[in-house]
Amino acid sequence: MHSIRALRARASKGTMMATPAARIEHLKIALPEGADRALAVDDVSFDLVPGEILCIVGESGSGKSMSANAMMGLLPDLVRPVGGRILVGDKDILTLSDKERRDMRGRAMAMIFQEPMSALNPLMKVADQIAEVYEAHGLLTPRERKDRAVQLLTEVGIPEPEKAARAYPFQLSGGQRQRVMIAMALALEPKILIADEPTTALDVTTQAQILDLIRHLQRERDMAVMFITHDFGVVAEIADRVAVMQFGKIVEEGSVDDVLDHPQHDYTRKLIAAIPRLSADRRAAIEKAPILAVEGLNKTYHTGGSMFAKGRVVHAVNDVSFVLADGETLGIVGESGSGKSSVGRCLVRLLDPDSGVVKLGGVDMAYMKGEELRRERKRIQMIFQDPYASLNPRSRVGRILSEGPMAHGKPKDEAYQRASELLELVGLDASAIDRYPHEFSGGQRQRIGIARALALEPEVIIADEAVSALDVSIQAQVLDLLADLKARLNLALVFITHDLRVAAQVCDRIAVMQKGRIVELGPAYDIFNDPRDAYTRSLIEAIPGREKELAAMTG
Amino acid sequence: MVRFIISRLIKAAILLLAILTLNFLLIHAAPGDPAAVMAGEAGAADEEFIRQLRERFGLDKPLITQLGIYLGGVLQGDLGFSYRQQVPVADLIFDRLPATLLLTMTAFVIALTLGTLAGVLASARVGKWSDTFISTAALLFYATPLFWVALMAVLVFSVHLNWLPAFGFETVGSGYTGFDRALDVARHLVLPAVTLGLFFMAVYMRMTRASMLEVSQLDFVKTARAKGLKNSIIQRRHIFRNAMLPVVTLAGLQAGQLVGGAVLTETVFAWPGIGRLMFEALQQRDYNLLLGVFFVSAAMVLLFNLITDILYRVVDPRIRVA
Repeated sequence: MHSIRALRARASKGTMMATPAARIEHLKIALPEGADRALAVDDVSFDLVPGEILCIVGESGSGKSMSANAMMGLLPDLVRPVGGRILVGDKDILTLSDKERRDMRGRAMAMIFQEPMSALNPLMKVADQIAEVYEAHGLLTPRERKDRAVQLLTEVGIPEPEKAARAYPFQLSGGQRQRVMIAMALALEPKILIADEPTTALDVTTQAQILDLIRHLQRERDMAVMFITHDFGVVAEIADRVAVMQFGKIVEEGSVDDVLDHPQHDYTRKLIAAIPRLSADRRAAIEKAPILAVEGLNKTYHTGGSMFAKGRVVHAVNDVSFVLADGETLGIVGESGSGKSSVGRCLVRLLDPDSGVVKLGGVDMAYMKGEELRRERKRIQMIFQDPYASLNPRSRVGRILSEGPMAHGKPKDEAYQRASELLELVGLDASAIDRYPHEFSGGQRQRIGIARALALEPEVIIADEAVSALDVSIQAQVLDLLADLKARLNLALVFITHDLRVAAQVCDRIAVMQKGRIVELGPAYDIFNDPRDAYTRSLIEAIPGREKELAAMTG
Repeated sequence: MVRFIISRLIKAAILLLAILTLNFLLIHAAPGDPAAVMAGEAGAADEEFIRQLRERFGLDKPLITQLGIYLGGVLQGDLGFSYRQQVPVADLIFDRLPATLLLTMTAFVIALTLGTLAGVLASARVGKWSDTFISTAALLFYATPLFWVALMAVLVFSVHLNWLPAFGFETVGSGYTGFDRALDVARHLVLPAVTLGLFFMAVYMRMTRASMLEVSQLDFVKTARAKGLKNSIIQRRHIFRNAMLPVVTLAGLQAGQLVGGAVLTETVFAWPGIGRLMFEALQQRDYNLLLGVFFVSAAMVLLFNLITDILYRVVDPRIRVA
């Protein structure tokens, strides 16, 4: 006869928690010698539980992706686990043979990656790539594999799955490619799904759909999901539990509500504080004279086309008009392909507009040529997105900063003198002048990029996704710097971004772009609190973590 | 695809005429003309004799008229007459072309297959001694002057070992026919083709190796591993196919170039090909023959470029469909 105590114990166990699908115990992963720290992952333990999404959050270099790759046995050659266990069922993945581990991949657990653009083989049809999962494990006939591929594509909600199955990856959009990746991961119905920043490369509306899909599939199939992200908005949207990583260690772990609402660790608090709030202040309209006036700007791209075939015409910038007041920050927001970057490039004349007027302080820059353009374009400068690619790796910082002024006739001594002043202005040590870009971190490089834009003493600065490549805490610092410089130097700023949170924080007015057109333009406060256009509304609704934030604000 | 090919052929024809014109003008810009050289060789370099020769070759007419006459001839399929050899240029060239094509294409196939194979092997063992060995060996063949390798090969395999004939296209006066003749030509082909092939192999080896290593770092390779695919399948299906794209480009450029570029090999092995014909024509200032050879090699380059582009479309769907 069972004692009541035993029954109760069993019952409570059932309600408490299911057996973990995977158990990571004291995992340690060593970095190669000469890295900035010895261990990429340092004594990390967590459970992956069926029916639960565990978000692992951290900034770049925190070791979050390493943990995921270790589970899949996909660590780079020079990086190896040196301690701990990864238990899946009763097997420790770290002690398995290559063959046993290979057999578990795809079958016991599957993974989706950050870049759907590059995660699929460009030379293989979608159906073949999905069919490969079955082939790898010797399952089904070739015919059945293809049929299953179409079924899976249907299941992940790809429009016209039959057609998509026959397509090559480049014929699909980013969101569709990520759905293909998910279909592939689901093929053998693994109990564990590892998602490494799966929505980071996607537009905000697509991101919302993919998050929904992952949520839906995870519930339906009772999978354990390990979801890696740097974005607390995404965490709020999808997580059941959260683990925060810093320098290879888990500094805090708990339920999503506990961690987001009552963060215990300083680092977690700092990260959460660094997220731009999704509310624009009501700002006084800037009454100054316009410094930049854009009227009826058009830019089309022609692709393909030859003697016989007609090419495709893309209207990247379609009749765009706006004015920028002296000292104002105008945001241009939109998804990829909306034409926001093309507008920026037309303004600084990295692109030649087809038609329209770009008046900078009364002078039309749109069709200026040769020496005149060279002289005038210093008045409008650009800060680029990628701090790694936008600085010449073979030039010292001093040269990067003085090249522009010297080209405009400033003597070398003065230009270098000014360069060291600029470095201090952007919060770097003046000794940076003799160093090369690779000696700096991403955030520092972006400061150098800002200094370079300032070197020519422009009246207008175009910042094209200037903080998008940066970690959230670094992003906050760079945004502060921009705000500070703007106030001190009385700059007018065109701030191009896909990130509505950032736009809300820094912009006086915002222009929302879709398919080359400005669909709505108004004060930031109005855009967020009373969006007129349906597209603007859909953008704002898609921002991850929005509901939680609204609840926190009202409650 | 048909449209693409037609469009490319038209472009190629226009380009070919432009190349011909440029070659024509360049050759005539060089000092010394065939009349002077012939007169000099005849030991009778007096003005009158040279004038007569010039008149006979049509060299006394204005350059633009000469060009017009020449291009007009080419458009009608007439590459002109070699006054030095007293034979139509086309006959000379088509007499030599098969030998050259046989040599260079064999060498090309050797270079491409051995090169990619070695490149794949080296990339699979990157950093290990076999990688170093393959890379060094390939580089050695590339760095050593071609004629020296050729001479050494003759010394070892013909003179000392007496395995293979040292020079020529076939055994003169042997009277072989049919299969025996083919075998004889094949034996003559081995040394020049392998020498030339080994030289170009290095390029394919380096390129394949670098390309394989680059592709193996790409995300989709990680995806393939995450599926649980075997390494051999990943190497072949995912890495190799993608890594071949730049190699195809290079091979196309080189295949065309090889036709006109085997001068050294043909000279050392006394191979009766276009390369030697060109060399002789150059020495003798045989303008029409030289232009004819240039025309054929330019046509070959364009042809192989077209083949490359077609191949590229077959291999890479992004170019085919987009």
